[in-house]
Amino acid sequence: MSAVAVPITAARPRRGLNLTYLKVELRRLLRNRRTVIFTLVMPPVFFLLFGTVDSYKTDSVGHANVTAWIMISMALYGAILATTSGGASVSIERAQGWTRQLRLTPLSPVTYVATKVISAMVLGLGAVVVTAAVGIPAGADGDMARITESLVLAWVGSSVFAAFGLFMGYLLPAENVMQILGPVLALLSFAGGLFMPLGDGVFATIAKFVPTYGLAQIVRAPVTDDGVSMWAFVNVIAWGAVFVAGAAWRFRRDTARV
Amino acid sequence: MTTDLLDPSPTGTLALDLRGLRKSFGTVRAVAGLDLAVRPGEVVAFLGPNGAGKTTTIDMLLGLADPDEGTVSVLGLEPGAAIAAGRVSAVMQSGGLLKDLTVRETVELTASFFAGARPASEVLQRAGIADIADRRVGKCSGGQQQRLRFALALLPDPDLIVLDEPTTGMDVEGRRDFWNALRADAARGRTILFATHYLEEADAYADRIVMVSHGRIVADGSAAQVKNLTSGRVVSASFDEPIDEAALRALPGVLDVEVRRERLIVRTTDSDAVARHLLTATDATDLEIAARGLEDAFIALTTDRSDTATATTTTTTTEKSRA
Repeated sequence: MSAVAVPITAARPRRGLNLTYLKVELRRLLRNRRTVIFTLVMPPVFFLLFGTVDSYKTDSVGHANVTAWIMISMALYGAILATTSGGASVSIERAQGWTRQLRLTPLSPVTYVATKVISAMVLGLGAVVVTAAVGIPAGADGDMARITESLVLAWVGSSVFAAFGLFMGYLLPAENVMQILGPVLALLSFAGGLFMPLGDGVFATIAKFVPTYGLAQIVRAPVTDDGVSMWAFVNVIAWGAVFVAGAAWRFRRDTARV
Repeated sequence: MTTDLLDPSPTGTLALDLRGLRKSFGTVRAVAGLDLAVRPGEVVAFLGPNGAGKTTTIDMLLGLADPDEGTVSVLGLEPGAAIAAGRVSAVMQSGGLLKDLTVRETVELTASFFAGARPASEVLQRAGIADIADRRVGKCSGGQQQRLRFALALLPDPDLIVLDEPTTGMDVEGRRDFWNALRADAARGRTILFATHYLEEADAYADRIVMVSHGRIVADGSAAQVKNLTSGRVVSASFDEPIDEAALRALPGVLDVEVRRERLIVRTTDSDAVARHLLTATDATDLEIAARGLEDAFIALTTDRSDTATATTTTTTTEKSRA
């Protein structure tokens, strides 16, 4: 049998980030009314609903008032929604054959994933900025450097939930998976203590096992004096491992035929 | 039955060169030793029933699946390199489109993946969808979506276009529009390989028909040659007294005589003569005359004459007619 592989003479693959693709991805996110409502509208609205009680503006959590504490939590909630929907869209696009279609073009898989990650993070940043823009005039106050640190942590930390979205997208590969994930995340955020302080009751105990709990503790640590409990790290690492393992498990199952 | 492949001219590179391809999924042998050479400029139909291994073969020649055995060369390149170079493109059966984009956005986005892609307006025009450029993909009919896939395939101005059952699920009008667009493009001298399970499509649009069954090529020739294989009719009848098969075989036009359970099955190009004989010279009852389908042609092509009495579809895997 003669050798068939011949050196490439006419290859014209494109390397690096494809700005056209990034622009199209951002346009798709903004065009999706559901995504916009969940990530850019609901967090500031929830903040106004839960966080602007008069006593919250005067009570301190250490280095900021309770209103700022809730604003940070809502920013994290919005960022989590953005990364979750970004992760879910990868598995949905895979189920729809889009990634297979991309394999018939010179676009590299790395560029694809990078484009999805960047657009999800841009949306997450949007959620954080919008919530802060509403929250600070509405009474969120305290050590601004520490508040900013918390907001940046919320933005960066939300990336853990990209794996959650990826996993859920594989489990529920419906086009409007966010219709399910939106309410689920709201519930998880509520139970994990993102919407209001948990106190010491039975809810506080349950919260320790909810996926959003650990991340919330870590993100809010700069503005509180409590420090971060070991439980918070155990929670983030354990749930992160579950999401990554779950996504990898589903990914392998559907790779049998590209 | 099969035409021998000519050696490629010493200077030319084959558009497609598949050798000894094999691929199994678990215990299912999807492709069981397939060789195919396509010369530049040929329009080849890859014809076979569902499950014949057409899609698996196409996946391998596009680098979407790796063969268990054998080699694939596309325009002298390894598949991934041929795709990266924009030398080969494909129209897949379904999926692969983002429903929330418009037709034009989809084309412009895909164009950005290639260096030196053709202009979006040009491929929209050539695929016959310039008038729906601003429509959301999700709102397009199956036929329009398929012409969009075709437009995307035209972007890199490839030497070879591969189409996997491009008209599955389309209505008659959509099918006609799609083939008209493809046919207009083929006139430009591009090499085209399309899979189909419709003999009429293969006949109308291909220069050469490659028939596959059970993961192997069972016939390879011009449309006329392959059509001959499926011409004629099948006459079947029940009988009580044994029927003289030799007398039947002696009738003009009879290709094959077979007995399956209590049923006599005769393949012939002259069904009138067989019917007349059965009704007048034998006590055959319950006579039926049916046109021969593609499936029947596969059986005819792959069944050894010496064991026709026990022929069932399982014998289509025999190697006999490949010689």
